[in-house]
Amino acid sequence: MKYEILKLLAKNARYTEKDIAVMLEITEGEVKNFIAELEKDGLIRGYKAVIDWEKLDSASVSAIIEINVVPKAGLGFEEVAEKLMKYDEVESVYLMSGVYDLNVVVKGKTLHDIAKFVAKEVATIDSVTSTTTHFVMRRYKEMDVELISEREDDRGQFWI
Amino acid sequence: MIDYGKVLNPCVTEIKPSGIRKFFDIAATMDDVISLGVGEPDFQTPWQIRKAGINSLQNGKTKYTSNSGLIELRKEISNYISRKYSVEYNEDDEILITVGGSEAIDGCIRAIVSPGDEVIIPQPSYVCYEPITRLAGGVPVIIETKAEDDFKVTPEQLKNAISDKTKILILPYPCNPTGAIMEKKDLEKLAEILKDTNIIVLSDEIYSELTFGTKHTSIASIEGMRERTVMINGFSKSFSMTGWRMGFACGPKEILAEITKIHQFAIMCAPTTSQYAAMEALKNCDDEVARMCKEYNMRRRLMVSGFNEIGLTCREPKGAFYAFPSIKSTGMTSEEFCEKLLYSKKVAVVPGTAFGDSGEGFIRASYCYSTEHIKEAIKRIGEFLEEIK
Repeated sequence: MKYEILKLLAKNARYTEKDIAVMLEITEGEVKNFIAELEKDGLIRGYKAVIDWEKLDSASVSAIIEINVVPKAGLGFEEVAEKLMKYDEVESVYLMSGVYDLNVVVKGKTLHDIAKFVAKEVATIDSVTSTTTHFVMRRYKEMDVELISEREDDRGQFWI
Repeated sequence: MIDYGKVLNPCVTEIKPSGIRKFFDIAATMDDVISLGVGEPDFQTPWQIRKAGINSLQNGKTKYTSNSGLIELRKEISNYISRKYSVEYNEDDEILITVGGSEAIDGCIRAIVSPGDEVIIPQPSYVCYEPITRLAGGVPVIIETKAEDDFKVTPEQLKNAISDKTKILILPYPCNPTGAIMEKKDLEKLAEILKDTNIIVLSDEIYSELTFGTKHTSIASIEGMRERTVMINGFSKSFSMTGWRMGFACGPKEILAEITKIHQFAIMCAPTTSQYAAMEALKNCDDEVARMCKEYNMRRRLMVSGFNEIGLTCREPKGAFYAFPSIKSTGMTSEEFCEKLLYSKKVAVVPGTAFGDSGEGFIRASYCYSTEHIKEAIKRIGEFLEEIK
């Protein structure tokens, strides 16, 4: 049941407890308790809106930085990853399989901000051997939500 | 000047175009209408099914198939019906692939009904049975199913409707628009009455995969009924494949041979691309069907609970994807209610009377919409009810 609740909230975090109770045929009290547990156990880490920032004039810039790291004995990649994730500019940090090690998504006000961040904060870390920065040019879909245009309901001819 | 009155077949011209067509046309031209009207899935056809259609085109499968349809597909249907509903049909001469379930219904009625024969049609139900019967020169005999019977056909109603002219009983369950289903025990009672007759059951099971809480039972699976049943089903609803136009009829070879004749001369064969896609649907899409069904179920609960909460009594629909709440408490007729609701709140639902006179006092609301859409529509209907109090 917890999994069902997570799936619903992942789709729409604004479902009320009552909506969820009705859809899953359980009581509102149960929903409340389940969600409280999920929050306490750290499965639910937050509730955020999916925003199309490009619609704002003060749009920000984001980039994906691929980072190669020489892992330290006993620490692996953790040291660098933990350092990077503390920055406000950093949206996400992933350890990757394949040709590079860490994938970091960074956002900034301008291209310059990000360039500066990479040069000053990332490239200077001792165990970082190289970085490759890719700027995001356009967002089509974010967190399962299509940003480009809403698909119109093209049904409608057959009502009966 | 040509006199079209003399040109056209009175059998056709006498069929009235549905009166509510006008209402739908109005709704279609209004901006920002939030509709609960559409009777087809909002899900895209699962990708692997579309892919199978594309692959067949890439492989040059662009010719006619045999009249009855690809033998491999018929074999899959045979397996599927056996697996799901425990009825055995021989793919060689007991299965016909048709252009949607609709063609199968038309073919079956035409193959059986001669002028003057009677066809028993339970209502409220899908709108095609009556006109098709009339086109064949048949006489529709309507059974008005009742909310208090959960919109099932009762044995008494069936007995009263049967005459020595009865050729067909239409059994449209799970039912559009009521959401009613007929369970094994209900069907057994009807079977008892039908067993010693020459009446054929046209069992329209197009919504068979969409039942909630109870698995679908086909009347053909009940002892003694297979030989007097034509089972009609298709891919539109369960696999979200409305536009592919894929249906089928299964039944005794004596009947299927005659339906196949009509199909052969009127249609040739069902679309080849769609047949290849349908094969994939039957082979590998149980998970997709289950996923969609689960989603419908959540929407269904949200809608039914929403209607009851705003004061429109709504029984639990156990199949298909419609809720059929009563609007009797408003004192309005179904059409009045729908029209006023459309103009004042821009919400479009279908009056129950579109599905037969016995639909009076009800509206049909489809839950082939996102939960957000359903919630907004119910909210507006609630406001409407407050305003007309």
